[in-house]
Amino acid sequence: MSDKTIICRCEDLTVEEIREWISKGCDGFEEIKRATRIGMGACQGRTCRRHLIAELAHANQKSPAEIDLSTFRPPTKPLKFGAVAGVDQDD
Amino acid sequence: MIKSADVVVIGGGSIGCSAAYNLARLGFKNVAVLEKGYICRGSTGRCAAGIRQQWGTEMNCLISRQSIRCFEVMNEMLEYDGDVEFIQNGYLMVTYSEKEAAMLSENLKLHKKLGIPVQLLSIDDVKEIVPVINTDRIIASTICMEDGQANPFKVTDAYYRAAERLGVNFYTYTEVTGFKMQDKKITAVVTDRGEIATDTVVNATGPYAKLISKMIGHELPVEPERHQIVVTEPLDPFLKPLVMNFFHNSYCQQVVNGSILVGYGNPTEPKGLNYDCSWQFIEELAAKVIDQFPVMKNVNIIRHWSGHYGISPDGQPVMGTVPGIEGYYLALGCGKGFMLSPMIGELIAQCVAGKETTLPIDILNVERFNKGELIIEPAVV
Repeated sequence: MSDKTIICRCEDLTVEEIREWISKGCDGFEEIKRATRIGMGACQGRTCRRHLIAELAHANQKSPAEIDLSTFRPPTKPLKFGAVAGVDQDD
Repeated sequence: MIKSADVVVIGGGSIGCSAAYNLARLGFKNVAVLEKGYICRGSTGRCAAGIRQQWGTEMNCLISRQSIRCFEVMNEMLEYDGDVEFIQNGYLMVTYSEKEAAMLSENLKLHKKLGIPVQLLSIDDVKEIVPVINTDRIIASTICMEDGQANPFKVTDAYYRAAERLGVNFYTYTEVTGFKMQDKKITAVVTDRGEIATDTVVNATGPYAKLISKMIGHELPVEPERHQIVVTEPLDPFLKPLVMNFFHNSYCQQVVNGSILVGYGNPTEPKGLNYDCSWQFIEELAAKVIDQFPVMKNVNIIRHWSGHYGISPDGQPVMGTVPGIEGYYLALGCGKGFMLSPMIGELIAQCVAGKETTLPIDILNVERFNKGELIIEPAVV
């Protein structure tokens, strides 16, 4: 991966930016999520999660299995206010 | 971990980090901050990021007015290499009833007296500021364009890094489990990673404050009240101010990345710490949102979380000494900790240092609840 490779497409974050925050001490998933919004966009981490885990595992010299994940939040997929309220939505 | 400290601050949220920074600035050389998770794990990291001055009590107005002065220069003041994203897009207060409208006009008199620039708006003004808002039931509305939002993670990060540069020791993943006392005086803080000898403790733990107080043998009437918030997909800018609706008890604002944040707390829910997200909340929220902004029916919710206000009996902060327990200080924003954190940190540091405080915080002492001297804040949702 080059430094400019985007690993979170929803929030437009490159590997370089993630590594910079890790070097500033944000070396856990929750910390870096708060600093950069990684994993909080429309896909909810479906793309970036595994890449971030790899970066964190490397930085902390741990195996990926030892990295704590961030909380999985509802809804599982994007949901319109209108669908929840039972009103018609425009397509 | 260090063996002893001049002051131990409990809580790594915006108030804890601001208090630590201000203590170090006043010359305390040996300050430790204890945080049971990571910086911003608690209420700061879960809040809706709003910052306002439109309150109904003089102290809330004064502390928030001075805090806004700090937010305005925060990047420079804390020599932050990032941006705390402070934006003054205003707070729009909306009421659907005569009673709430009367409260707004009472508050307006107070704001005028304190020099806080709040305007009463006509329905046409409201439409102009927020074209998508449903004005059908609006009785009265006010706006203060100095109010706004900032990024809670960045604000806390800025205080944390500035404090660290001044020599403050931060211990994350370190939970306070008890205290050592001698004749009603604190002698040490006990954690799951060892002990720190100290005679001075600042409790900045928001909704956990009651639990910390209990360990010291103090009954604190500050209860955790759960609020839930959802965030939507990012949208082009269309909602300039934060809209606070007293009928729906809700707050709604568009943040820097284009997402809409909207939430509320159910005041009838039993008090307590509860980080669950409920489906009932989403259903009620969707109805509240569509009533206020019909176009939002087409907007996707992508994330839902919960956090807590620490609710005091009168809706005002609790600050200062605790009578009967030497060396114990409270620094609690009580539902507005993030937005008041610059001044609460400054005032509590002055109080600990034995200096005269910039604002008269004596009336916010916890003793007021025993004496029955409550000054109720009316403008809360």
